[in-house]
Amino acid sequence: MELKVSDHSGSASAVAGGCSASGCGSSGDALAHLPEHIRAKVHNHPCYSEEAHHHYARMHVAVAPACNIQCHYCNRKYDCANESRPGVVSEVLTPDQAVKKVIAVAAHIPQMTVLGIAGPGDPLANPERTLETFRQLTEKAPDIKLCVSTNGLALPDCVDALCTHNIDHVTITINCVDPDVGAKIYPWIFWQGRRIKGRKGVAILIEQQQKGLEMLVARGVLVKVNSVLIPGVNDEHLKEVSRVVKSKGAFLHNVMPLIAEPEHGTFFGVMGQRGPTHDELQTLQDACAGDMNMMRHCRQCRADAVGMLGEDRGHEFTLEKIETMDIDYGRAMEERRQVHAAIEANREAQRKKSGETFISITALKARRRETPPALIAVATKGGGVINQHFGHAAEFLIYEANDQDVRFIGHRKVDLYCSGGETCGDAETALAKTIQALSGCAAVLCSKIGYEPWGALEAAGIQPNGEHAMEPIEDAVAAVYRELAASGSLERATPAPLRMRA
Amino acid sequence: MAYQIVEGCVNCWACAPLCPSQAIYEAKPHFLIDSVLCTECAGEHPDPQCASICPIEGVILDSLGVPLNPPGSLTGIPPERLAAARAEIQAR
Ligand code: SF4
Ligand code: SF4
Ligand code: SF4
Repeated sequence: MELKVSDHSGSASAVAGGCSASGCGSSGDALAHLPEHIRAKVHNHPCYSEEAHHHYARMHVAVAPACNIQCHYCNRKYDCANESRPGVVSEVLTPDQAVKKVIAVAAHIPQMTVLGIAGPGDPLANPERTLETFRQLTEKAPDIKLCVSTNGLALPDCVDALCTHNIDHVTITINCVDPDVGAKIYPWIFWQGRRIKGRKGVAILIEQQQKGLEMLVARGVLVKVNSVLIPGVNDEHLKEVSRVVKSKGAFLHNVMPLIAEPEHGTFFGVMGQRGPTHDELQTLQDACAGDMNMMRHCRQCRADAVGMLGEDRGHEFTLEKIETMDIDYGRAMEERRQVHAAIEANREAQRKKSGETFISITALKARRRETPPALIAVATKGGGVINQHFGHAAEFLIYEANDQDVRFIGHRKVDLYCSGGETCGDAETALAKTIQALSGCAAVLCSKIGYEPWGALEAAGIQPNGEHAMEPIEDAVAAVYRELAASGSLERATPAPLRMRA
Repeated sequence: MAYQIVEGCVNCWACAPLCPSQAIYEAKPHFLIDSVLCTECAGEHPDPQCASICPIEGVILDSLGVPLNPPGSLTGIPPERLAAARAEIQAR
């Protein structure tokens, strides 16, 4: 086993520049309205706190293959689409194997603070496997937070068992609160020994989801709600969903885009249901944000993902490799504690620094009131700074800047433009796709960029910029917005929206 | 009288724990039903449990070899439509 145990030292030092984002910690903090005890709970949770996801990592283990419902966006040959990208199959682990893997990862990636079970099916349709994994981890690795995602059908039956295992985060995928809407999303459920089709089944599912949500909130467990935005099916309805789940005490509502292609073999894919455009998703997220907190940094990671959001280091921890690792978790836990303390000190420092940024942005506002807002894309490997080569970015973070504020609004995945080696033959088409994915952005910030993509981006009206390497993202975005505003290039119209693709 | 699991099963584990007769076992390349143990759930459940939760059409057959979940019955995708989509993708 050749894994570097001191792996974290590199990323920890890369954190130094820091994230001073407004959506990350100060004025625009999406968690600011929450009671103190809830904020404390999500503070280090990369999936729930926008700011934390720059610094901490999460992992999922695939221990739960079975499911008790069918969603029209899911092909059951692949991972649960409620929490994962379709099209990638996870290696299903036994609880013992999963526990081994988690401990190995926690020892090698001390930033890993959260373990989630999200599939590949529904974790609570596999209660023995899921609960056994949690039981062992609660005992062996008490410094890891546990969370679970579910479609909600079996949730009321599992709430008490979950509570004994010290689980403080649960995600429920709720796409509707009206069985007539749901009948277009769920063809059947399996309930008390029978397959129940259509509206009748959906009515039971909705009732169980709402009951589970209420029970969890009553027991002080944090509940996040995920919804899949399906244009023409539940888009308008999700505002109602947002209102209902908020009134019942869910603390975050995360709207994800439907990803449907015929080749996925799902009902929606085959029947030609389209996914939302970036604009539609953003509009809906904005509409629901007035109602409640939205989470915009979700990467729809797969059921066995390992690492920072948007990265997957699962290949370093295959069953074969973890078999050969011998881990002293007591020692690892001490090391983890130290790394977390360093990260916290760093975050504190960044928070102080960020105040200065706002003064300069406010000054800008006084000078130019009429400049339109702009979308700016950023290539980052984490740590809250611009530190990734344009060609190495598998996704870009999208920020919206105006003359008062910079806020994080989402991310766009791309095929690697430069994947090195033989595959570089595809560079041209990959570049074209990347440029498409960045449509609507006025600029893209990265640590470095090649000559060829530079020209192509410029031609597409997207200003490449490599001058802010290692700078905090929001400071750089604000600076580039200022330059763009001053040059007058923001007055131009933006290209038509693009549909999201897998 | 026994059911059987055939090619196409995606090894999702959903059926095995539900079987009242412990007739379903993990095997390669897919799960199988022990025809001696399977009772078709008679006297235990109104509906055969495996066929009621299995998400994949056509992979559980009755004793006459007839699929309990025929094409289109679970996904709602009309079989012609699926065939057309397949043909279209393969022609790309
Ligand atoms: S809950 Fe998840 S695994 Fe089950 S059908 Fe829906 S998307 Fe698929
Ligand atoms: S029909 Fe019933 S007894 Fe036979 S394999 Fe299926 S679940 Fe088991
Ligand atoms: S439920 Fe169906 S697909 Fe899943 S293991 Fe059983 S036979 Fe195979």
